[in-house]
Amino acid sequence: MVELLGGIAAPDDVTLERLRADLAARAERAGVLDVAYCTHDSPLGALLLAATPEGLVRVAFAREDHDGVLESLARAISPRVLWAPRRLDGVVRQLDEYFAGTRRAFDVPVDLRLASGFRRAVLTHLRTIPFGHTESYAGVARAAGSPRAVRAVGTACATNPVPLVVPCHRVVRSDGSIGQYRGGTEAKRALLALEAS
Amino acid sequence: MAVRPFDHVVREHGAVVMRVCRALLPPAEAEDAWSETFLAALRAYPQLRPGSNVRGWLVTIAHRKALDQLRARARRAVPTGEVPDVAVTDGELVADDALRAAVTALPDKQRAAVLLHHVAGLPYADVARELGGSVDAARRSAADGIARLRTTYAPSTGGDDG
Repeated sequence: MVELLGGIAAPDDVTLERLRADLAARAERAGVLDVAYCTHDSPLGALLLAATPEGLVRVAFAREDHDGVLESLARAISPRVLWAPRRLDGVVRQLDEYFAGTRRAFDVPVDLRLASGFRRAVLTHLRTIPFGHTESYAGVARAAGSPRAVRAVGTACATNPVPLVVPCHRVVRSDGSIGQYRGGTEAKRALLALEAS
Repeated sequence: MAVRPFDHVVREHGAVVMRVCRALLPPAEAEDAWSETFLAALRAYPQLRPGSNVRGWLVTIAHRKALDQLRARARRAVPTGEVPDVAVTDGELVADDALRAAVTALPDKQRAAVLLHHVAGLPYADVARELGGSVDAARRSAADGIARLRTTYAPSTGGDDG
């Protein structure tokens, strides 16, 4: 019987790609696209970008397992996750401009729901550190209202769900050494060099 | 609550769902049914019970959506002599026209069993879970459906696929 029904052709990849894009657009209009994502090539490698209707919720570096990141977003936010580049157009454009050296600040809505309490306070403060400047972990702890919580600042930076746009790379050690980074210390060094030029 | 990102579901089952839609509908309408299927599934997805057979669930939705399309088409249909229903140039797809009519004409349960097992490739245990009967009953429905297709569908034996 396989031969009887074998005449029903499977769709080709181009058709499926187009249908996935249509589905994302329809889901967006219907208000059921809880998490939109895309991947985008950058000088630091392929970035995974994800946004809720409120704003950019996750930026993941190539060294993070992107499928694993999507699974954690499905658990933490909603399983209604779709490949939907359109919602991330603005973020993509501004990241390109940033890496090209023509943009110094990001002007996109950010959704910090994946960070809570003190971590969120730290991230909120980080957004005020301007391009080309750095602060120490101790300095950020003071600014976030808990001068003794230096280690917790380190954790907040290491678990920053939206690196680059929330510039945790601008936080360095008091002795001037570079400190850890979710995208790797090489990436952090490259970003600080980009902003110093 | 389902935790697998829906995008992974689309990537894994998108092609199979399309074959199910194409078993009942010509290509353009099959695409509409595919979109309706995944949009409906996306809505319901957070409430899908853990351990559900996602492929069976999707095929059942696709089956229903395709029948909806056929009913809507029947309502739209004007009673003129010639209905230019098939406007497709792709040889292999045009050849499916008679097959689609034969599959569509099957009794509901046989059609469901044929779609789940023979088109979507689900084992009979999963077909039975979708149809809500025994594994033997599922196997029988699929066999009856195929037997009926053999009598109602006469594949063109010529090489007119050019």
